[in-house]
Amino acid sequence: MGEFDKNIRFEHLLRLADTNLILGHRLSEWIGKAPILEEELALTNIGLDLIGQAAALYNHALEVSGESSVRDADDLVFMRDAAEYKNLLLVERENGDFGHTIVRQLFYSAFAVPVWEALTKSADSEVAGIAGRAAKESLYHLRHAAEWVLRLGDGTEESHRRVQDAVDALWMYTDEMFEMDEVETAALEAGHGVDLVAVRREWEKTIREVLAEATLKYPEKCWMLKGGRTGKHTEHMGHLLAEMQFLQRAYPGQKW
Amino acid sequence: MVDAATHPAGSGDETILDRARAALDQVCDPEIPVLTIRDIGILRDVRQDEDGTIEVIITPTYSGCPAMGMIAIEVELALARAGIDAHRVTLRHSPAWTTDWIPDSALEKLRAYGIAPPTKGSNSKRALFTNEVIACPRCGSSETDRISEFGSTACKALYRCRSCLEPFDYFKCI
Repeated sequence: MGEFDKNIRFEHLLRLADTNLILGHRLSEWIGKAPILEEELALTNIGLDLIGQAAALYNHALEVSGESSVRDADDLVFMRDAAEYKNLLLVERENGDFGHTIVRQLFYSAFAVPVWEALTKSADSEVAGIAGRAAKESLYHLRHAAEWVLRLGDGTEESHRRVQDAVDALWMYTDEMFEMDEVETAALEAGHGVDLVAVRREWEKTIREVLAEATLKYPEKCWMLKGGRTGKHTEHMGHLLAEMQFLQRAYPGQKW
Repeated sequence: MVDAATHPAGSGDETILDRARAALDQVCDPEIPVLTIRDIGILRDVRQDEDGTIEVIITPTYSGCPAMGMIAIEVELALARAGIDAHRVTLRHSPAWTTDWIPDSALEKLRAYGIAPPTKGSNSKRALFTNEVIACPRCGSSETDRISEFGSTACKALYRCRSCLEPFDYFKCI
């Protein structure tokens, strides 16, 4: 294990934190309009877990970069523009109907479980601690999504059609999750990262199992979109940030 | 933990560290008032620096638990009430908190309060579709249904008993 560049280490933590934060924010948009009360509680509970995981990672990332005395997690969340966000494209997509939200949850949770499990062995003990809890929380998220996909896929004609549409529409955003670029490779070599090729094998196995059980078709190979991890986002991101950041942009430093 | 005996303080036999520990043993979880933060495993360590400052180490439970901020404030208040001004609260993530840290005596307190206690180590299973049997904390029946795995707080799931017809919370294990 060689020296792990501070900036790359920060970037690596930021990617995971941003992805969790943005998905958590998207889930919070279901407040007041989920199909049933229990589901509203579930989606927002999961959102809270994700934002909590993000907060722990942001705080740690700022310790790693030596910036914890000059900026905090709120600065990272409310004061960065889209190009500085390094989240996966999958999570910034608009919620769509309940089927879209649930399929996005399935795709991301099936990825998050093996990622967090791998991170429990990180050379960074703080990350290993955060991951230990997050891995178990993600299992709950995965089970919740899998049960809904099963119910909707193997439900009515209408629910089957909608959830299959969601699987097909979101598929093009899944490839990006497993890309071993320079940052991911450096992190893995330093003992801080995750072997995303191995994660992909497990992810595909999980998705195949759930889709088959839910009588849904596993999508064919298609053109894949990427860019989130390097700050190239879809048009949805600006709208999301405009809403999420409005208060701090209009009244900088405002506190509850 | 620092051995209290090696830190003799000013007044009588009771050290500042003893006073801090006694005060912190009274701090309850704001969501589950029958359990103290020591019972639940949030309070990991209480120690004293060379300069006398009391350091309280707490480990957060669920990542999304909004009660953590409140708990840190309760800890500071308890110390201030005990007349201990020099203190700080440190949040430690490693090792990760687990429901397995809750002792049997506290699990019984949970059940008596009406919350079904967590079953040890049960979320280490990787099964995608499972339906665990959780006994009703009121009548003990195992004829129960899960309504939602995400209940009134981050740490609870919502169940219903088919025998006594009461709804109840289950403390999810992680």
